[in-house]
Amino acid sequence: MSTETDETAEADGPELDIDAAELEELRARVDELEDELAAVETEVDDGQKSMVIIATKGTLDMAYPPLILASTAAAFGWDVTVFHTFWGLDILHEEHSQDLQMSSVGNPNMPVPNAIASLPGMDRVTTKMMRKRIDDNDTASIDELLDTCFDMGVEMQACQMTIELMDYDEDDFYDDVTVGVGAATALEEMADADIQLLV
Amino acid sequence: MSYEADVTDTLDVKGLSCPMPVVKTKQAVDDLGDGDVLEVVATDSGSMSDLDGWADGTSGVTLLDQEEREEGGENVFVHYVQVEE
Repeated sequence: MSTETDETAEADGPELDIDAAELEELRARVDELEDELAAVETEVDDGQKSMVIIATKGTLDMAYPPLILASTAAAFGWDVTVFHTFWGLDILHEEHSQDLQMSSVGNPNMPVPNAIASLPGMDRVTTKMMRKRIDDNDTASIDELLDTCFDMGVEMQACQMTIELMDYDEDDFYDDVTVGVGAATALEEMADADIQLLV
Repeated sequence: MSYEADVTDTLDVKGLSCPMPVVKTKQAVDDLGDGDVLEVVATDSGSMSDLDGWADGTSGVTLLDQEEREEGGENVFVHYVQVEE
């Protein structure tokens, strides 16, 4: 039985209606496709994850999540970009980053009602409390986390439109900050990234 | 089994909290050679889970062992990380 099948297959072989030129063309096409496949596999399989974080907030507490996630992801060897926009720009602002404040109003975890939280000077009080907690717990400072991010090659970007909107100057930011980027740059990177976060 | 005998270098991250134990471990590992073993001593109890997760998700490193012990009256968490050959 099996011998019969083999014979049929052999007999069919040479009768294929392909001339030498067509065959050559098909071989070339197969080579080309194999190359393309190899390139795609390398791209997908290089094990290098990437993450893009959009940082929009500039209060002392909300500056932490993007910086902690970015530095940790860099420790995993990922490609990390943090795109800072609106109040998030203050994290990269040399002067303002030293003096980030808490916002007492509208924070349900504050131990005082909003009516009292809105009194003048309350933000200063809660900021002082938060800074003390950070010190007491040996939590890394914003400065330390920023340095770590820069050291580990995290790409820190400052949105050009909001730099102008906030009337900041490009020189107000740390040296390693990338300026001159906008929403399209961010979206393009987000489309290629494995993880995208808005903070 | 203890890996103390194989330790190439020790990293003291006592007093530091998330994310610094992981970040400093990564930076220290980058300065080591193939097969080297880094001993990481931390006081952050979260480092047990964090170092484990980091080693799992990072190519080129293996977490050999983790232990909790008392040192000078405080609990320390010790991790042994090996750079893969």
